[in-house]
Amino acid sequence: MAPERFHSVSLLEDKCRGCTNCIKRCPTEAIRVREGKARINAERCIDCGECIRTCDNHAKVAVTDSIERLRDFRATIALPAPSLYGQFDQRVAGDVRRIYRDVMGALLALGFDAVYDVAYAADIASFITRTHIESGATEKPCISSACPAVVRLVQVRFPSLISHLLPVDPPIQIAGKLAKRIYASRSGIDTRDIGAFFITPCAAKMRWVREHINPGGETYVDGAISVAGIYGDLLKNMGAGESGPSSLSDTASGLGVGWGASGGENRAVGLENYLVVDGIHNVIAVFEEIEMGRLASVNFIEAQACTGGCVGGPLMVKNPFVGRVNIRRLAVGMREASPFNEQEESHIMGLYRAGFFETREDLQPVAAFKLDEDMSKAIAKMGQLEKVLEDLPGLDCGSCGSPHCRALAEDIVQGLAVETDCVFKLREQVKKLAEELFYLAQKDPSAMSKPDKTGQGQ
Amino acid sequence: MTLEMSYDINGGDFAAAGEAATKIKRALKQIGVDTQTTRRAAIIAYEAEMNIIIHAYRGTLQARVSPEGIEILAEDEGPGIPDIELAMQEGYSTAPERIREMGFGAGMGLPNMKRFSDEFHITSEVGRGTKVRAVVSSPSAIPPTIPPAGWSVD
Ligand code: SF4
Ligand code: SF4
Repeated sequence: MAPERFHSVSLLEDKCRGCTNCIKRCPTEAIRVREGKARINAERCIDCGECIRTCDNHAKVAVTDSIERLRDFRATIALPAPSLYGQFDQRVAGDVRRIYRDVMGALLALGFDAVYDVAYAADIASFITRTHIESGATEKPCISSACPAVVRLVQVRFPSLISHLLPVDPPIQIAGKLAKRIYASRSGIDTRDIGAFFITPCAAKMRWVREHINPGGETYVDGAISVAGIYGDLLKNMGAGESGPSSLSDTASGLGVGWGASGGENRAVGLENYLVVDGIHNVIAVFEEIEMGRLASVNFIEAQACTGGCVGGPLMVKNPFVGRVNIRRLAVGMREASPFNEQEESHIMGLYRAGFFETREDLQPVAAFKLDEDMSKAIAKMGQLEKVLEDLPGLDCGSCGSPHCRALAEDIVQGLAVETDCVFKLREQVKKLAEELFYLAQKDPSAMSKPDKTGQGQ
Repeated sequence: MTLEMSYDINGGDFAAAGEAATKIKRALKQIGVDTQTTRRAAIIAYEAEMNIIIHAYRGTLQARVSPEGIEILAEDEGPGIPDIELAMQEGYSTAPERIREMGFGAGMGLPNMKRFSDEFHITSEVGRGTKVRAVVSSPSAIPPTIPPAGWSVD
């Protein structure tokens, strides 16, 4: 594994019983059970968290930052994901906004010096996304870059769709960029001494944070703390304090908060002719369609790896559907209209034109499925693969440790597995061997055999 | 070095629509054909597959892949096309209403296939069937971007 390639989803070896449940759900066929343990291929893993959800032994976990890391900085800012608000049920009828304020206060009580609401950054992202799509600069259908698991899926499985990904900063990045600047100018503390921490619903965002740490230059988000990890403390501190002066962002609109659940992004961007898809396997089905040249009339595709959107993230506490209702309620209660006046819009546009909100990342395909660097060899291997596959039973049982027969065939051709990893092949071999043994056992050693009639003993 | 893939397609089998093209696409990615060539070949294969499903009784879809190019052959038994020139015009479709209502057969099939191919031939015999041959030439391998895959424990 390349040392700089971090991924958040990992295996707890001693908990893994090699049951093979997770290997089938993985959208990039990144898991193999070898020597009884479900190993992850770092190149292929997109940190979608499917395996975390599938594993009943809780052997798959997401590595995130601990709250202890706040001590590494002179000042710290919390960047709560919009989906976080969905984790709290409305307690006082009629005052949904209170949850919003309470969450902000609870974050400060955890030890953060300030909060920048990512939902407000989502309001900014909505405006830029709309402007960008209308400019026609990105190939249609434009695909949102907000879910990093989806972006990575495109790189690994759908590289031809890279040109469809919107080059607009995801809200997390906008929040980090603005939060540090604002805090630095208010406090006089150098941006390098300010730590911004995303409160994350998922492993994919954790990985995104790690990949965007820039030792040589400006880092916008320094770490990610799991919602589940601090949920208890947040609950305890709900209503503990007011966020007022420590809030670096304005109050988000209901549209920005809506980004926390699927469909919210589209509602906020507000364009006609859009498509919403959530759940990584559904996303794959839609991307297959785009690759076949369909859906060209769709303007914008909001695609999220998790069912229900970020409220369904693997590090969330609430049931995704409950989370979604909570988000909807809050969104409606907070006015679903852009929070910007004309002057603010033109300010955002100015920054956008200057490239401030546009990721300049050069996304490259990750050829994690390629059979060989040399195309002729790859074609030969493909032929071999088909032959090996014909010989396998085609039951896709997964007992070999590969997700299906085709994947085992691929592993065999790549020298990563052998035919007898298939239990049926093994049985065939054992049977053959038993027959040979039986045959041999029946034969008398030549010293003992009687000469036959022709006198030509063995 | 050539790889050949062949799939039987049944007319009217919308449940399996796009399966053969998806398999071809998957193989091209594994071979390391560059993304744009893969995409073009996939679109051609998909349109060809759909044409058989929409218009014909049965047929086969074949793909031959070599470092020089991808050749897609579609052959069907079906009503055939009386006026190929007309059928090659965008928006012209003979798909029945009920199929168009399903979002298929908007008349983009043949022109789309031609647009994405470097060579394109079509012959048809009324009452017998249609043969299409399309070539997407000289795919280039994706430049290596990663160390070879291995299974790591982490
Ligand atoms: S996180 Fe997703 S991509 Fe990674 S191993 Fe688990 S299921 Fe596969
Ligand atoms: S949908 Fe949201 S929570 Fe799920 S992986 Fe994507 S960004 Fe993370």
